[in-house]
Amino acid sequence: MTRIQSLFEQKQEKILSIYCTAGFPQLDSTLKVMQALQENGADLIELGMPYSDPLADGPVIQESNTIALHNGMHLSLLFDQLRDMRKDIHIPVILMGYMNPVMQYGFEKFCSDAAAVGVDGLILPDLPDHAFETQYGAIMQRYGLDFIFLVTPETSEARIRKLDQLSSGFLYAVASSATTGNENNMSLVNAYLRRLSAMKLSNPLMVGFGISSGAHFAAVCEDVRGAIVGSAYIRTLLNNSDVSFATQQFMQQMRYV
Amino acid sequence: MLYANVEALRQSYLDIIADPAFQKDFHHLLRHYVGRPTPLFYASRLSSRLQTHIWLKREDLCHTGAHKINNTIGQILLAERMGKKRIIAETGAGQHGVATATVCALKGIECIVYMGEKDIERQAPNVARMRMLGAKVVPATSGSKTLKDATNEAIRDWINHADDTHYIIGSVVGPHPYPDMVATFQSVISEEIRNQMLKETGNDLPTHVVACVGGGSNAAGAFYHFLDEESVQLVAVEAAGEGITTGMSAATTQLGKPGILHGSMSLLMQTEDGQVVEPHSISAGLDYPGIGPLHAHLYESGRAKFVSATDSEAVAAAFELSKLEGIIPALETAHAFAVLDQLQLKPDDQVVVCLSGRGDKDLATYMQFMSDASSKEM
Repeated sequence: MTRIQSLFEQKQEKILSIYCTAGFPQLDSTLKVMQALQENGADLIELGMPYSDPLADGPVIQESNTIALHNGMHLSLLFDQLRDMRKDIHIPVILMGYMNPVMQYGFEKFCSDAAAVGVDGLILPDLPDHAFETQYGAIMQRYGLDFIFLVTPETSEARIRKLDQLSSGFLYAVASSATTGNENNMSLVNAYLRRLSAMKLSNPLMVGFGISSGAHFAAVCEDVRGAIVGSAYIRTLLNNSDVSFATQQFMQQMRYV
Repeated sequence: MLYANVEALRQSYLDIIADPAFQKDFHHLLRHYVGRPTPLFYASRLSSRLQTHIWLKREDLCHTGAHKINNTIGQILLAERMGKKRIIAETGAGQHGVATATVCALKGIECIVYMGEKDIERQAPNVARMRMLGAKVVPATSGSKTLKDATNEAIRDWINHADDTHYIIGSVVGPHPYPDMVATFQSVISEEIRNQMLKETGNDLPTHVVACVGGGSNAAGAFYHFLDEESVQLVAVEAAGEGITTGMSAATTQLGKPGILHGSMSLLMQTEDGQVVEPHSISAGLDYPGIGPLHAHLYESGRAKFVSATDSEAVAAAFELSKLEGIIPALETAHAFAVLDQLQLKPDDQVVVCLSGRGDKDLATYMQFMSDASSKEM
């Protein structure tokens, strides 16, 4: 059982996953941010690998990606930074990013290095399911990495079931079909999440995109196991250079309701 | 996340395009609205200068001043049949944005055009045209603030409005079926060239077809009906910018390697780490770090010859064409003329150059070179 799967075994509700960008706000702050998140009650970390053209992300996350790249972040350096990650970080860690940098690094080498430093799973929103089935899925399995697909309110039921079958760890429900950082109409979101929950999928459901406050988090947790918060946290780090303090404040606010 | 959008398009586009009623509407608009067939003009003074036979495929005479409208006519008819109420597009030089705003006005459909902030500054006349046609022009302020970023913003918009919106991509790039669909709509260019060459010379096959390539839509259209005619040398001209080795270039086949951008796998200008590189060209329409997958294939298979022209070579060629033939070409198009000297053309060659767009939109740039030249003369 992977670290992600154990988490969902042990904790039934209000699972909070926080997105942060590797090499942001400073090149060497990657681990510091992850530690601060763990200390302040994050259940899971989605660590973004910065990319020049992060199509599935909104402007706030793109800005953090641009800053991280400007700081000099790249994949080999990231794996160096994460080499001793598991001495301090005990919660599951998922790498999120885009196919092109991973492909240039070498997909199998990437999986092997990720597994070696203790990464538990991957989110690659521009990896099509047919490519996963024919080529890449087997490689991830070989290295024991979970792979999480995204579904949106536009995804058909048949396709949701298929992506659920292909995913492991959890299934990522995009709250609206919006790119990250947009405000959602919460009642529509809840209706969508209830529809997903009623499908009795094999993976636990986590919701992301537009979850920016403790109130949002509490509202979506009525229907699914937890949520992923990205842009709101990145915005906090953009506005406050003290990572420990900013993270503490942010996490209190998320868990408050 | 784009799956629902792209899948709906993929499942319907072939059937819709094949429908005789669609074809009738499409060809009616091409003839009476766009002004097709566009002339194939024998450029006698340029031919004597180059000691060969040069034919100009006059896409600059299309309504709105470039070939881009062939595709937007096709896609607006498709969008209408798919029941879409809102159109989005990306644009670099603004020609595709104008062509999209035009067909949206024609059909009374809402139009939003994403354009890099940098391109909005350097293509002011086209921005004004789009606005006059009723389109909303939204600046792309992320990344390099050019065509690639405008495309990112358009894709993000499409993710957010999957139901009611059709995305009219302007080039042979993006996820399937766009490269195929755009090439199909643009193939009218080479279909006409074959008919016109037959009438003019008794042979429907020229020896060369030359076209500029950013993403590659006018080249795809000009090459399309010659792809299986091995005797026809296809020449694709990329923008070398300030020079291929200067770091200020957009010559994708020379500088790129296989990569993924905007939903397709093709040649892509990128760093060793797979970050997409910001390209440079004096022409906003060629300022794209990738190239359509069809062109990547033509490059790798050797079916087309890929050459490049620098910013200054393109500008010089624009001035030469203006003086010799009385035609001011778009900066993009000027790149195709800039390489004619390097092609070692023979006296009996019949060379078709795709004159993809007119140069009105680039006058500000051309005027800078005129004032540079006159200050040197003084």
